[in-house]
Formats: sequence, C-alpha cells, structure tokens
Amino acid sequence: MSALTAEAITVGYDSRVVLGDLTVEIPDGGFTAIIGPNACGKSTLLRALSRLIVPTSGRVILDGRSIRDYPATVVARRLGLLPQTSIAPDGITVAELVARGRFPHQGLLRQWSAADEKAVAEAMAATSVTELSGLRVDELSGGQRQRVWIAMVLAQQTELLLLDEPTTFLDIAHQVDVMELCRELNESGRTVVVVLHDLNQAARYATHLVVMDRGTIVATGTPAEVITEQLVREVFGLPCLVIQDPESGTPMIVPRVRR
Amino acid sequence: MSGVDFGHRVAIIRGRGMSLRIHRRAVLVSLLFAVATVAVSLVTLATGDFELGLDRVIGALLGRETGIVHLVVMEWRMPRVVAAIVFGAALAVSGAIFQSITRNPLGSPDVMGFSTGAYTGALVAIVFGGGSFVVTATGSLVGGLLTAALVYLFAYRRGVQGFRLIIVGIGIGAMLESVNSWLILRSKLEVVRTAAIWGAGSLGGVRWEQVLPAIIVVVALLCFGIAAARRLSAMELGDDAASALGVNVNRSRLLLVLLGVSLTALVTAVTGPIVFLALAAPQIARRLSRSSGVALLPSAAIGAFLLAACDLVGQRLFAPLAIPVGIITVTVGGAYLVWLLVHEIRRTV
Repeated sequence: MSALTAEAITVGYDSRVVLGDLTVEIPDGGFTAIIGPNACGKSTLLRALSRLIVPTSGRVILDGRSIRDYPATVVARRLGLLPQTSIAPDGITVAELVARGRFPHQGLLRQWSAADEKAVAEAMAATSVTELSGLRVDELSGGQRQRVWIAMVLAQQTELLLLDEPTTFLDIAHQVDVMELCRELNESGRTVVVVLHDLNQAARYATHLVVMDRGTIVATGTPAEVITEQLVREVFGLPCLVIQDPESGTPMIVPRVRR
Repeated sequence: MSGVDFGHRVAIIRGRGMSLRIHRRAVLVSLLFAVATVAVSLVTLATGDFELGLDRVIGALLGRETGIVHLVVMEWRMPRVVAAIVFGAALAVSGAIFQSITRNPLGSPDVMGFSTGAYTGALVAIVFGGGSFVVTATGSLVGGLLTAALVYLFAYRRGVQGFRLIIVGIGIGAMLESVNSWLILRSKLEVVRTAAIWGAGSLGGVRWEQVLPAIIVVVALLCFGIAAARRLSAMELGDDAASALGVNVNRSRLLLVLLGVSLTALVTAVTGPIVFLALAAPQIARRLSRSSGVALLPSAAIGAFLLAACDLVGQRLFAPLAIPVGIITVTVGGAYLVWLLVHEIRRTV
C-alpha cells in the first residue's frame, strides 16, 4: 500500500456533500496531479489528505495508520502542504518566512539548531531564492513569492509534498517555472501531489492523474491512459481534440472552435 | 554569524540541546526600554510629597535605610512602581497577542470590548456588592472573561476569524457601554463616585497585599505568553499554513484569547481600565524593532516603560494634584488611535 491513501472518505460542509465515499491511493515517489472542473472537490481532497479537514466518514491512512492517530507535528514532519491562500506577515523577509517552515522540528528551547539552518539554506537553494534571502517578501514578484512559499514547505523536510494550485495567478513563464521546480523535487525523491487547473500542464508534468467530478473520482492513471476526448467532454463539457504535445510527447488538449 | 541572510542582524546561541536565534535589533530595543523604565522608576521612587535624593532611594532599595525612608520607598512607592512595570508589560503583551491573532493593528482588548466588559463587571460589583477592593476586582475579572466568551461565541463559525472577532467585539463593547451608563444613572451618588474613581484607571493607593497576588499571576501568564510566541508566529501565516505546520489552530487560538483576556482583566481588576496601552505598545515595538509579526519582548518592555512614564507624568504634571494614569494613557493613546486610523485608511484607499 502507498504511504498516503484515502479510504472511502466523505466530507461535507453543513449537509452539502463535497466528497462522497472517495477512495484514492497516492503512488509513492510519483508526481500526482489532481484535476477536474471548478468546485469538484479537488482542494477539499488535498485538505483531507493533509489532515486539515476531518472526513465525516472513512479515513486517511498515512504509513499504515489513520492520520488522526499521529500528533500534529509528527504528520507535519512527514507531509508538507502549500495551501491556496497563505499570508506573509507585514515586512517579513524571505529567510524568516522560510525558517517558519521549521516549526514542527523545533521546540521551546530548540529554536535554531544547526539542522534548522541547513534545512533552510537547502530549501532556499533548491528553489533558487538564496539571493533574495534578505529581501522583504512583499517586495517580490508573484513568481518569486510562490518560490519562497514552496521553500517554506521544503524547509519542513517532508517526503510528501502537497501543493494546492501553485500556479494560479502566475504568468505563463512563472507557471512553467513552478512546474519545472515541482518536477525537480519529484525527481529528487519526493512524492509530489499538485492540484492543477491546466490540463496540458498536468499531462506534461504529472506521472499520475486523478480526475475528479462532483466529489468523486472518475479516472486515475498515467496521462496517456486518462486524457481522452471523451473524458474531457464528459467531465469538463468541452469538445476537444487530443493531440501529441510536440515538445514532450504527452497528450495535449486543443479545444474545438465553436460556431 | 549565521549562514543564512535574514535581512537583519541575528545572534545565534547554541548549547546542549538548546538553540536560539535572536533578532538583534528587537533585543536592543527591549534593553533600551528596560533601562529607560528603570530610570523612570527611580525618579518616581524619589519624587512626591516627600522628596528624596537618589542616593537614599538606592540605599533603601539595598536595604540600608530604615524608618521613614524605608517606609516611603519600599512600602508606599515601590508597590506602585512594580505594578506599573508588570501591568504595563501585561497590557502590551495582551495587545500583541490579539493583534497577532486578528492580524490587525486594531485588534486590542480595549477596542474589542473586553475592557468595557471588565468595567461592567466592576460596576455591577460596586452597585450590588458594596464595592470593596476584592469584590470590585472579582467583578471586573468575571466581567472581562464573560465578555470575551460572548465575543468568541458570536464570532464562532467553524472556527474563529480574526476580523470577525474585532467587529463582534466592537459591537458588544458598544452595547456594554450603554449598560454601563444605565448602571451609573440608576445609582446613588456615593456609588457613582466610587465607580468614577475606579473607572478612571489608577495606580494610586495600590498596596503590596493587593498587587502581590495579581503580580504573581500576571508574571506566570506572561511566561505562558512567551512560550506561545512560536505558535503565534506560525498562525500569522494563515490558518491552513499553520495547521499544515502542525499547529492545532482552533485550540491554540482559544487558549491565546483566554491568555490575552486574563492578562487584561487581571490588570483591570486591580487598577481599573487603563486603555490604549495594549493598542499602542505592540505597534511601537514593531516599528522600532522592525520585526515582522509579533514582538512580545519589545512590546512588554515598551508597555512597561509607557505605563511607568505615564504614571510619573500623572503624578507630577499638576502636583500636588494627581491625575489617574488611565486619563494620561487615554490622552496619549487617543492621539495615536487617530493617527493609526488615518494611516490605515490611506493604506487601503
């Protein structure tokens, strides 16, 4: 079994069911992209997987045990999450923000060990923000800021990395930047799970796709297996062609012209 | 030196199983204000109806004086000075906690109605319970805590958001304000007088036997506050990010609200409402130390200094007529609040 799985989880807010009896397995060492139309429950699934919300039934399993059985900081040392909305405190510098990712490794008397320093330096190097280290986060561009947040999660030193729409609000070049970074992180041995809007990016970078619609999973598998004209029409209601990406050879969606 | 550039100078202390990273400027600001607080306190100990030289004050502190000098310095003036320092720090830390939780410079116990609630509790105690020190103090403590519980309850919707806490707090504070007016209007004249004296917020007349228990509890709560600072700085990143880092956000927030309210309510119970200090001190601390987010230590140092200084001003400004310190802080803090509101409006518009 994979390190991270969801077993028949149901999640609802006030009587509205967001996820219904959903089971999913996150392949170890893979690059999983969760895709689906707006409000299909993608982010909710990611939040449930990372213990941010408690399912009304079913359970999330981490390393063979229910994720609720672990102390919160133990989970935080296994699994890092970049939420959709985070707040950079006024005037915080890059290194200070990245250093806050060390929280689960620290204690009242252990606030800045040599290991903390090393982890923060490595996280900043991996995301190429070492040069920005002393700058204020609010002075950075959107793309730089997203790299800093990813560095903050990396400083947690977790094997599992969950990112909720990390490319939203970025221009195309920075989107590609972030996706390339995710791929590097995956290739260096981490299990990466990303919620994405862009199907072509998902197909190009992910090794495993989870397609969701109205709170359930409708397809899982490699991009080549999953992305078909029929699936895109059924799930997104979009007539399209699926061609081969001339650069990467992965499936690529071209919406049909409507007249 | 650190291998990581934080954009400001840090000092790193590492020993067996422990390690600290210190924001140098924040510590420097704290030390500076600590020294200033000591200086102001020495002046307070030396001046008054019975003027003393600094040498005699220091002599009394070292236990070398007996008789009247010992009595004036150690028994009459010292409780007031210690109370100003500890209570100033407590109010400032309480304000820093609320400003961090609400992520808003307006999030302070006086803006959020907790001080008003403590006053309501004290008024009820004065009107119906006679108005002895113990009864008034208990009433104020209960009033502050009940108000906080009410604000928390009304603001709760699948967890508590900072801004909702402020809005609900302002609303409940306004309602309690009218309850206070009604309580005063329906009371006898001598009761009104007692209420007015308590309501001005004063350190005058505090004795060791009154302040000592409060000081012990406040110092214990301040230690809790320092221990909670780590959580606070994680929670400043937003609820989701903090949860992902392993903080139980809702439980931590409830505990921190409880801590902040207890600090304010305890001080209010002994002195009456001393407002605006909790609002201003953390912001001054942030600006001076140029730190991001909570700066509990500099806040505490600046709070202690401000209250000690305001109390000295209140005692000396129109001497021999003493002005309650609460009135001084309202005047100073009111000006600050106007500045803050104008500044915030400029920023958002």
